[in-house]
Amino acid sequence: MQPILKQTNIFIYMSSLSLFLTVFLTGISLVVAGLGIAILLAPKSFNLQKGEPYECGIPTHGTSWMQFKAGYYLYAILYLMFDVETIFLFPWATIVRDLGYTGLYSILFFIVILGLGLAYAWKKNVLKWN
Amino acid sequence: MILNYSQPLEVTNLTSWLDAALRSSLPEFWVLLIEFVLVGVAFLAAYAVIALILIYAERKITAFFQARFGPNRVGKWGLLQSVADMVKILLKEIVKINRSDRFLFFAAPFFMIVASMATFGAIAFGKGLHAIDFNIGVLYVTAVSSLGIIGVLLAGWSSNNKYSMIGAMRSGAQFVSYELSAGFALMTIVVLAGTMQFSTMIEGQRYCWNLFNGHISSLIAFIIYLISGHAETNRGPFDLPEAESELTAGYHTEYSGLQFGFYYLAEYLNMFIIASIATAVFLGGYMPIQVKGWVAFNGIMEYIPSYIWFFGKTAVLIFLSLWVRWSFPRLRIDQLLNLEWKYLLPINLVNIVLMVILVLSGLTLTDLLPGWF
Repeated sequence: MQPILKQTNIFIYMSSLSLFLTVFLTGISLVVAGLGIAILLAPKSFNLQKGEPYECGIPTHGTSWMQFKAGYYLYAILYLMFDVETIFLFPWATIVRDLGYTGLYSILFFIVILGLGLAYAWKKNVLKWN
Repeated sequence: MILNYSQPLEVTNLTSWLDAALRSSLPEFWVLLIEFVLVGVAFLAAYAVIALILIYAERKITAFFQARFGPNRVGKWGLLQSVADMVKILLKEIVKINRSDRFLFFAAPFFMIVASMATFGAIAFGKGLHAIDFNIGVLYVTAVSSLGIIGVLLAGWSSNNKYSMIGAMRSGAQFVSYELSAGFALMTIVVLAGTMQFSTMIEGQRYCWNLFNGHISSLIAFIIYLISGHAETNRGPFDLPEAESELTAGYHTEYSGLQFGFYYLAEYLNMFIIASIATAVFLGGYMPIQVKGWVAFNGIMEYIPSYIWFFGKTAVLIFLSLWVRWSFPRLRIDQLLNLEWKYLLPINLVNIVLMVILVLSGLTLTDLLPGWF
């Protein structure tokens, strides 16, 4: 790509995967090292009340692991639809110039159908919060 | 015409010198290993230092917005305040919650930090100063940064606390929605640049930033990206997952000590990451300001190290983010989801098609005025 840039680059021969692994392990080691230091330095004291879930002065009533508002679920479904579309559109986006208008017409069907999906959800009041 | 002045202040000089020195005395495998470790250490240091600077900057700038002094006791102008805070947070007890899901509670901060660190690795800080430069860079960034939401959802769920639960659910809905817009806004620029690799994209913006190159369409994408970036980081007027008045602290209510500190760290780093991706994609990344034909001007601008350009542009965007945060009142959850699904997403879909038409019919600035840009 840019020969001048690449020659001076320290990372010239590191393969992509090992680089990702480096960053990944850096993240994990940050958390592990931080927690290690904190456990060494931090005071420890035991109190039964301290382990209670936080509430505004009263004991918590029941568990919090329960069924939740369905509105969030509908948005999650909609998200899935559009997020998969993103994966299909990104490869197309890089070669728009080469494909020309043919590519645009082809992808327009795809986008219009997804737009119709959104319009359907809108019509069905999925996007209305209540 | 690009003059090839030597640029003594670039970090690339140091790294290539180091590489050559290691290579002359050690076998290939050990050179690689040492360099990997050095990269890791550099990232750890950069991660911590940038977070500390950002926390200080935010408190100070916020104070000026609200006509206060801000931190001014620890060190000169309170410069050591965030260092002191970090030491304090290290010395705090990590409280164990009785009825929580211990394993998930422990695992949640890992997701937050690893997601933001993996995205952090893809940032081009300067010429040759990027660890990860995949040819699918933009897609990689959108994919990896969305791992962070798993940390938030796990934290909210495993705490077994109603505030955490509601906060996590809100955060999940918000993040998931606005990630779409951010992805589409970046895709609009991918159409313009014709590449997903960050280094190629940045080099391509030598004379004309993508923000100006695609004029109308780019401007819309830029604004949408900034809005959805604020929303993704749970900041600005979109901070309702941790709305203090109703949810105490949202999904990290039960976290204490350093485990809370990780969330705090990741929040500030995510702000930086959003700003730096916007810089790379829209504002030419580490490229200095260059004008075609002004040879002397270009030479002087090139003499300023690339990382200063990068951090300067990023700082402007971060300031914008703080400005927005302290200027607008908090949205309700229905307003928030409406803004995304009824306004930003349809606008985005139309905007991509508009950008394709601009590119194909030669209406971008580089095509219209090839002599200038």
